[in-house]
Amino acid sequence: MAYTTENNQSGQMAKAIKEGIFAGLIAFGMFLLFVGIETYQDINNQLVWRTRWGLLAVFVAVAAIGRFVTVGFIKPHLDSRKLAKAKSGVLEISDEKGFFRTHFLKIALIFLLCYPFLAMLIFGRQGSLKYVDNFGIQILIYVMLAWGLNIVVGLAGLLDLGYVAFYAVGAYSYALLSAHFGFSFWLLLPMAGILAALWGIILGFPVLRLRGDYLAIVTLAFGEIIRLVLINWTDVTRGTFGISGIEKATFFGIWSFDAGTPNNFAKAWGLPTSSVYYKMFLFYIILALCMLTAYVTIRLRRMPIGRAWEALREDEIACRSLGINTVTTKLTAFATGAMFGGFAGSFFAARQGFVSPESFVFLESAVILAIVVLGGMGSLTGIAIAAVVMVGGTELLREMEFLKHVFGPDFTPELYRMLLFGLAMIIVMLFKPRGFVGTREPTAFLKERKAVSGSFTKEGHG
Amino acid sequence: MTTGTMTMTKDAILKVEHLSMKFGGLMAINDFSFEAKRGEITALIGPNGAGKTTVFNCITGFYKPTMGMITLSRDNGKEFLLERLRDFEINKVAGVSRTFQNIRLFSGLTVLENLLVAQHNVLMKASGFTILGLLGLPTYKNAAKAAIEKAQYWLEMADLVDRADDPAGDLSYGAQRRLEIARAMCTGPELLCLDEPAAGLNPKESLTLNTLLRAIRDQGTSLLLIEHDMSVVMEISDHVVVLEYGQKISDGTPDHVKNDPKVIAAYLGVEDDEVEEIEEKLDKGIIEEGTV
Repeated sequence: MAYTTENNQSGQMAKAIKEGIFAGLIAFGMFLLFVGIETYQDINNQLVWRTRWGLLAVFVAVAAIGRFVTVGFIKPHLDSRKLAKAKSGVLEISDEKGFFRTHFLKIALIFLLCYPFLAMLIFGRQGSLKYVDNFGIQILIYVMLAWGLNIVVGLAGLLDLGYVAFYAVGAYSYALLSAHFGFSFWLLLPMAGILAALWGIILGFPVLRLRGDYLAIVTLAFGEIIRLVLINWTDVTRGTFGISGIEKATFFGIWSFDAGTPNNFAKAWGLPTSSVYYKMFLFYIILALCMLTAYVTIRLRRMPIGRAWEALREDEIACRSLGINTVTTKLTAFATGAMFGGFAGSFFAARQGFVSPESFVFLESAVILAIVVLGGMGSLTGIAIAAVVMVGGTELLREMEFLKHVFGPDFTPELYRMLLFGLAMIIVMLFKPRGFVGTREPTAFLKERKAVSGSFTKEGHG
Repeated sequence: MTTGTMTMTKDAILKVEHLSMKFGGLMAINDFSFEAKRGEITALIGPNGAGKTTVFNCITGFYKPTMGMITLSRDNGKEFLLERLRDFEINKVAGVSRTFQNIRLFSGLTVLENLLVAQHNVLMKASGFTILGLLGLPTYKNAAKAAIEKAQYWLEMADLVDRADDPAGDLSYGAQRRLEIARAMCTGPELLCLDEPAAGLNPKESLTLNTLLRAIRDQGTSLLLIEHDMSVVMEISDHVVVLEYGQKISDGTPDHVKNDPKVIAAYLGVEDDEVEEIEEKLDKGIIEEGTV
């Protein structure tokens, strides 16, 4: 609708009414038998039916009015706004930022550092458990996983649907090596990362020839293979029972968080016994791991290898013509991403104290990938925000007890997680097709650092 | 191959011998041989579908030729058989870089970043394959600075300094062409292969391109280019090779080629009764080459 004259507005209204009526008719046809008529069994176990015209009317009205409003008001409004934007020539990048936006990262970091103490202050020692563990740690694990996957998908443009495999490798390496050899968390953390990176390379070798959809399918299969091995190799992994009683992380070997040990952290500091200290400690570990991931990613982007990853995403053939060995470049991306997955996995095992193949299903890969895409491929800030929204939102759903008053006592909001998840993704992708942060920070500049609009960057073809 | 080398003072940087490329049943290149001299601009011309880009792709490693030998000799006397190198080694080891007919820039990276990616191998070594660079050692910092200086030099040569921090995808078509050449030059090649560098340029841009290409040649880089734009070819090339239906029909200076009846026939077409005559000549040419 590039034209907006009086004449057109009335035409628009007529069109809206027409489309509204049409949508109502379609809704009537669709819902007549599903909603308008209900069958049930009476006391004699006979199937009888009754009509629900009122409910049907509501459905039809929602469809008709919704369509009418969309066509009549929302769409012209959006179009005119887009037109005004295009006329004034303002791109999506605004030059002026407020104090909050320029210092967003510092504020966020300070907030995160204070977060466990804030939670303890506000909700008390036991009350803060939920906020530190379910919200804090849970979200940060996903932030870390998504940042790790971001190296593979966001920077190198290799679509990996089996990322959770590396998470599983990390978790099981910690669980098994700790159970069999009694190694400590601090030794096993880097080992888990290295093992996962190794698996990344092992996976990388055969699949590097593949591109795009084919690569995605093979990585998906790889993720499933790892999970099936974990389920079926019962001698080692104890199958679906999983491995329990995994040793907790210690405070660098100085203090332990196991109740009853002589060097118990709470005892040593004369604090009342509570599991909250361990959770707070874990929170800071995962925060530090996240920071490490971010630091390495930022540094790597300014290195030739990071630039080669991004160049690979943009154009693989051009890369080869410039003498870049695309095979090793892809392999390093896979291995680096996998390594962070492995770190996160070993942390996960230490936190849960229990690992089973249940935790490493395809859905996890999909959620992590969704966070990366939603956040804006390649953008650390955007991905962190997306993780907060996605994972935090899911956790919030559990808290929404009041919904039970609306939908009845049988209503469990977290069961609608995936529905809302999908809905949220569609909405975000409609309005921000490049994710929350669609622009790209250049890694070097001559005069001034200008963000690259998302419309220029490519998604990669595998 | 002995054709011509004796009379020339300059030695050949690139020697293509008996190159053949088959796609299924189609013989795209049939026993094609030519030489590109060091420090010269060699142009490869021919009607559409003659197989020019196929020759290019064979030289730059994107195709493996069915038959034939492609020898590149570097300034330091080392010789490489390009058809045996892996695709990225042709640039990395043999020092051959290329541009593409349909421009292939990293459109989401800035102009400067495009030029830095081109210096990947140098920087990679300087950063100790990333590990030393991650630790922040000065060797990498110095190399990074030098890389930006080199990029800046080529930005000036290509007249792109003002656009250095803009995304490459944002440049105009002509500027993208120049950036692609600058990027290829940033790899420090001894032979630069250009696939239709003047395609889609307006006359003014064409002129700037000529100046840029001459400047590159005068710095000591040899050029091999495919071109349709005769104003560019005849203006700047020192040596022209004409290809038709995968076979060489003429080879020599621009003036020689311009007046070669076979070339005129290939480009303009000939009367029916002349065809036989031309074909005879053509056959002879091939027989001569085949027996050498």
